[in-house]
Amino acid sequence: MTRLRVFLWGIVAVSLAVFGLFAYQLSQPKDDFIQSAMIGKPMPQFDLRPAVEGLPGLATADLANGRPKLVNVFASWCIPCRVEAPQMEALRQNGVDIVAIAIRDRPEDLAQFFAVYGNPFTRVGADDVSAVQLSIGSSGVPETFVVDGRGIIRYQHIGEIRPEHVALLMAKLQEAQS
Amino acid sequence: MTVCVKRALFLAAALAMAAPVIAQDSLPPAPYAYTELPDPAQEEAALHLMQTIRCLTCQSQSVADSDAQMAGDMRHLIRTRIAAGETPDQVRAWLVERYGDYISYEPTVSATTWPLFAGPLLLVLLAAVILRGRLAKRKGATVAKRGAQ
Repeated sequence: MTRLRVFLWGIVAVSLAVFGLFAYQLSQPKDDFIQSAMIGKPMPQFDLRPAVEGLPGLATADLANGRPKLVNVFASWCIPCRVEAPQMEALRQNGVDIVAIAIRDRPEDLAQFFAVYGNPFTRVGADDVSAVQLSIGSSGVPETFVVDGRGIIRYQHIGEIRPEHVALLMAKLQEAQS
Repeated sequence: MTVCVKRALFLAAALAMAAPVIAQDSLPPAPYAYTELPDPAQEEAALHLMQTIRCLTCQSQSVADSDAQMAGDMRHLIRTRIAAGETPDQVRAWLVERYGDYISYEPTVSATTWPLFAGPLLLVLLAAVILRGRLAKRKGATVAKRGAQ
């Protein structure tokens, strides 16, 4: 009889634990981000033609020149990319070398985007079929990767860079320096 | 006046609905996003793989089912790699290397997912063991009863 009682209480305890887990998970904010699995790995080989007149394109060799960089995956048609423009400018003024991969974009649209929101980039490569984006495990625009001087991906920022993210990215760039 | 307000409201509504359209790129779809491979066997292999790869934009659809531009680019990537002679498993491994297991729209056994597969098996085993124990006990009990009669 006592054995049955212990067994029944055991069932109650297990159900409470399961429902507790449900309640906890339901109260947590949903994380839709798909992290790249390429952190710590070298940038894959690519060579993108210039996306806009007046700026060079982007190739893997440009990312292994000894200087850490931010690689911004963006597009002129992407609305959150406009939001991060002031933060990009702040990072550039801090001496950060920012290069970009423009996803499915046209030179004239990019030129207009830069005319309105400013151009913080030293290079912009055109990724017309998202090939490079897919090869670095990026799942949308905008995303920003910290790449060290040897061309190794060190950090991924998903979504637009808001003012509170600037210090974090500066710290990640500092880490990539060592 | 009311017509004016109505018009303004209509315009506002139209603009609100137009916003997502602005957030679309203006380039045509990738060459193999909506075009089948000329070789039917390769196309079948590519299509089967597409049905098992998750769309990154709309995460509860496979890239075969989604009209998102990124899904189109992923179909292009899958078809061109299959056409270049890669096996579906190689292409899948290439994607998993970049996005992790989540990219797989078909459940696979891995370091993090094995309990999902092992759990039910363990439960069935446990049930079998308990059932066997019970049946043996009952058999023993009936035999004992008969013996007593």
